[in-house]
Amino acid sequence: MRLSPDEMIFWEYGFVKLNLTIVTTWALMLLMVLGAWAITRGLKSNIKTTRWQSVLEMLIIMIRDQIKEVGLKDPEKYIGFIGTLFLFIATSNLLSIIPWYEPPTGSLSTTVALAISVFIAVPVFGIAEGGLKGYLKSYLQPNFIMLPFNIISEISRTLALAVRLFGNIMSGGLIVSVLLSIAPFFFPIIMSALGLLTGMIQAYIFAILAGVYITAATQDAKVKKVQANAPRSGNN
Amino acid sequence: MNINWFTVIAQIINFLVLVWLLKRFLYKPVLTAIDERDKKIASQLENAAAKKAEAEKEYDKFLQKNDIFDKERAAQMNSVYEEADLEKQRLYHGIREEATALRKKYEASLKQREKDLTVKLKRRTKEEVFAITEKTLADLADTKLDQQVVKVFINKIENLDKDNLSKLKNAFNNNEIINVTSAFELSPISKSVLQKTLKDITGLETDFQYSIDPELISGVEINTKSYQLSWNIEAYLEVLKNNSITKDNDNESA
Repeated sequence: MRLSPDEMIFWEYGFVKLNLTIVTTWALMLLMVLGAWAITRGLKSNIKTTRWQSVLEMLIIMIRDQIKEVGLKDPEKYIGFIGTLFLFIATSNLLSIIPWYEPPTGSLSTTVALAISVFIAVPVFGIAEGGLKGYLKSYLQPNFIMLPFNIISEISRTLALAVRLFGNIMSGGLIVSVLLSIAPFFFPIIMSALGLLTGMIQAYIFAILAGVYITAATQDAKVKKVQANAPRSGNN
Repeated sequence: MNINWFTVIAQIINFLVLVWLLKRFLYKPVLTAIDERDKKIASQLENAAAKKAEAEKEYDKFLQKNDIFDKERAAQMNSVYEEADLEKQRLYHGIREEATALRKKYEASLKQREKDLTVKLKRRTKEEVFAITEKTLADLADTKLDQQVVKVFINKIENLDKDNLSKLKNAFNNNEIINVTSAFELSPISKSVLQKTLKDITGLETDFQYSIDPELISGVEINTKSYQLSWNIEAYLEVLKNNSITKDNDNESA
């Protein structure tokens, strides 16, 4: 029994292994980009639009509003990262309704890759917003004693992100496979349906958490920047 | 459950590529479209608001104009009414004057008719009276009307006052021709009686000339160049007419 799509290798050359995860991801990327291109190709800014465009706009606006609700003032700046996280995970999980499809999110390598992306993106956005000094100072909050704990929290939450998504999706797939061998007729369908729900929720949670981490980093950095600038402007 | 680090790196790259691709093909165009639509809607709303404001302005202007128009109309109506009133008065006066003129004309024609009628009546009465009188006189024994008329006339001459008598005498003195006019042919007896009486009264003799004038109606008239004396029924009729007119007037005033 295969636990991860990583184990199915199509082509290998030393360190480079072209496995099912990577291939499925490419297929997903192709599907998403082609879909987006097909719909946005004939985009109209008129009052009357096509149905697909309306659906797409609703989706984008929903993502944007969610990012705004998390606390990010300028959602257009972050929608590329957070939106893609959500859309990729959601698409990857939703397609598990297709038989023999193995979602790339069921691979720990993928979830770790996504978590590392968030781990890197958080300081990148934080520094972009409040400068390197402002961002680094946020690790000393409320005082320098908290520095190790802040660093631990940063790493642990990244790990949690990865494991949570992997665990949920992998377990969903695993349960279906186990149930198939025990009760092959009815239960796997219900579990698949539940798996769809879980997949959507996980996509949402992953994206929202990424948003929350980015918000925390940018807000902290901003506060530091304002505090650092305040006395100087006072002297002026 | 192993982590394949090559897969991790590949997936990070894949993810970053996907981010870039979706940004390029999804977020940017869709967000641009949304923004453009928002702007379009905003501009349309603004346009609509501007148009509404303009329309309101136009509406106000229209109301104002309407008000002015109403006032002007009212003023014009008033002036028209006044003019009509004046015209009415003028026409009324004109009609009244015309009516007065017509009434006067009618009254005049009525008077004329009355006058004509009176004249006619007078003549008829005279004729009737004459006829009745003549018939009555003819019926009375052998007395003839002309003799009676002459008799009455002679009686009048005999009873002339001094002034008239002297005038008559003057006419005889001057040998003027005495014209005797009567309504009918006088009989030779009457003529001789008349001539004799005049001769007796004046003591003078002159020429007589006889003529007939039916207008006199059973009367006799003597004319000289300087004197005129007459008796006829017309005098009585005149009295009758005067009396009847006086009576009519009394009735009217009553």
